[in-house]
Amino acid sequence: MQAPASLPSPVARRRWSRRATGEALEGYLLISPWVLGFLIFTLGPMIASLIFSFTHYSMLSPPRFTGLDNYVRAFSGTDRLFYGSLLRTSQFALFFVPLGVAISLGLAVMLNRHLKGTTLYRTLFFIPTLTPAAAATLLWVWLLNPEVGPVNYALESIGVPGPRWLASQEWALHTVVIISIWGSVGGARMIIFLAGLQGVPQELYESANIDGANAWHRFRHVTLPMISPVLFFNLVLGAIAAFRIFTVAFMATGGGPAYATWFYMLHLYTTAFRSLQMGYASALAWIFFVIVLGFTIIQFRLSRRWVYYSGETSGREGQ
Amino acid sequence: MASQPLGVSAETTRRQASQMRRDRLLLRIVLYIVVTAVALMFFAPFFWTITSSLKRIDEVITFPPLIFPQYPTPENYLTVFDKVPFALFYRNTVVITVFSTIGTVVSTTLVAYGFARKRFPGRQLLFILVLSTMMLPGEVTLIPQFLLFRELGWLDTFLPLIVPEFFAVAAFYIFLMRQFLMTIPRDFDEAAMLDGANMFHILFLVLLPLIQPAIITVAILSFLNHWQDFFGPLIYLNSTENLTLSIGLRYFQAMGGYAETAEPREHLLMAASIMATLPCVALFFVAQRHFVQGIVMSGIKG
Repeated sequence: MQAPASLPSPVARRRWSRRATGEALEGYLLISPWVLGFLIFTLGPMIASLIFSFTHYSMLSPPRFTGLDNYVRAFSGTDRLFYGSLLRTSQFALFFVPLGVAISLGLAVMLNRHLKGTTLYRTLFFIPTLTPAAAATLLWVWLLNPEVGPVNYALESIGVPGPRWLASQEWALHTVVIISIWGSVGGARMIIFLAGLQGVPQELYESANIDGANAWHRFRHVTLPMISPVLFFNLVLGAIAAFRIFTVAFMATGGGPAYATWFYMLHLYTTAFRSLQMGYASALAWIFFVIVLGFTIIQFRLSRRWVYYSGETSGREGQ
Repeated sequence: MASQPLGVSAETTRRQASQMRRDRLLLRIVLYIVVTAVALMFFAPFFWTITSSLKRIDEVITFPPLIFPQYPTPENYLTVFDKVPFALFYRNTVVITVFSTIGTVVSTTLVAYGFARKRFPGRQLLFILVLSTMMLPGEVTLIPQFLLFRELGWLDTFLPLIVPEFFAVAAFYIFLMRQFLMTIPRDFDEAAMLDGANMFHILFLVLLPLIQPAIITVAILSFLNHWQDFFGPLIYLNSTENLTLSIGLRYFQAMGGYAETAEPREHLLMAASIMATLPCVALFFVAQRHFVQGIVMSGIKG
């Protein structure tokens, strides 16, 4: 890509290389906003937070170097909420990621059947993701109120005693899963699946039909492999989103009852902005980063076994 | 399917065909029922919000709950503005969202154009870096960013929410825009280049009309993101006159409670929620075709 293999004459080469230099300069100029943004808002802060993570820093006095104290505090269990919040977050991810991916794929498959009124259905699926999370959360708090909420009223009128939802220690986490799924599956994630489904060549289904494949076989052996790249994309981003769960818990439960929804981000936020322990919060942020990074790397490794990149799309789009 | 006699007569074939047609029709009916049921489940909470926003205060607390108000009134939509500085929250949200969306669209278009069209040493590596920041949870950089903005005296202003957007911090949009640009043949650029056009001519006059769906997609996604943002305003904004809608809704949460003595405020909250959601819904309706097309055509391949 960098230079043509053979060049006719030194003159042409000089002219060409001047052009190439000009082009490279233009390239750097164009991407310079990102380079600056990366240095100022990403790389710089990352290094800074690594340094802060080895200090005690309350913002009232200058940071004081304390070595590995913050990490010891987290991993030794001195901070009793550290492992608990990791566990809650993992439990949340364990439900949210597979369910979210399966439901948004299911919605996309249904919309891809060329039903009449597809636009209307798509809009109805989409509306929850258009609602600001803060508004959606307060709405659900009311809907699921154990005493006066309409959901439990409806359940009781058909003879099912409703759970106490967000107010119950066993149910709170699952309720946060339900609210988060409602608010996220019908949006861009579904559209990305739809894009993937529409990219599957029709001939593949036809030849599968000739081989006598039924609907499930077609889905399992044609659709799934062909959309595996978008499946992977949604899986990775879904997992990252799951680890970052915050707003619903912050507004609806405040982490309770009895820390049942005390997620990692809530722990980090409280440590940093309520207790003003910026050093320890930086350590929490770095631990979080390493976990998410490790998880993403594992997903990429595993993806080599099941993600199928078809050759014909790689022509112009190859990176 | 019924077992066939040895000589397959025209009659059985016809019967089989009509049986298959009936199966397919049945399948479609089932599909319609399922899709409609699911769509209603997704829409029901929103529907509840609409009807509740039209209820009178005494209709909010009745039990069993009323689905439709007996005396629908738009009054709540006005009361909201008396109870909290809602107009101010609205204005703040509009200002932050509009400026950060402009920043995102302008900066990501330029950067994506650079990555898609210009050859320069280190391009592959830098682009991989862009992709990896897409997977970087923003929380890792949160605290130093907060301290940086504090040093700059930007806390409790809109600047921390707007300025970074002009530096293409939203990597996903760079990726989306670049993918889209890659689908446009270079012939267009080259023809313009022979006519002596510089890179900005090419970008703004030649490519911009062609990548419109991608730009609209990025604009909508970015608008929705900033409009709905909760964490950013929560961290950076403090005084009441600077709050956004997402944060301002908490005022209603703080106003009452489910205690028997508390005055119900759900009808107001629902009216406020509808008003906070309306721009997003309107935007989606206006631009839904472009938006869906933009994502589909960008050919996201993970």
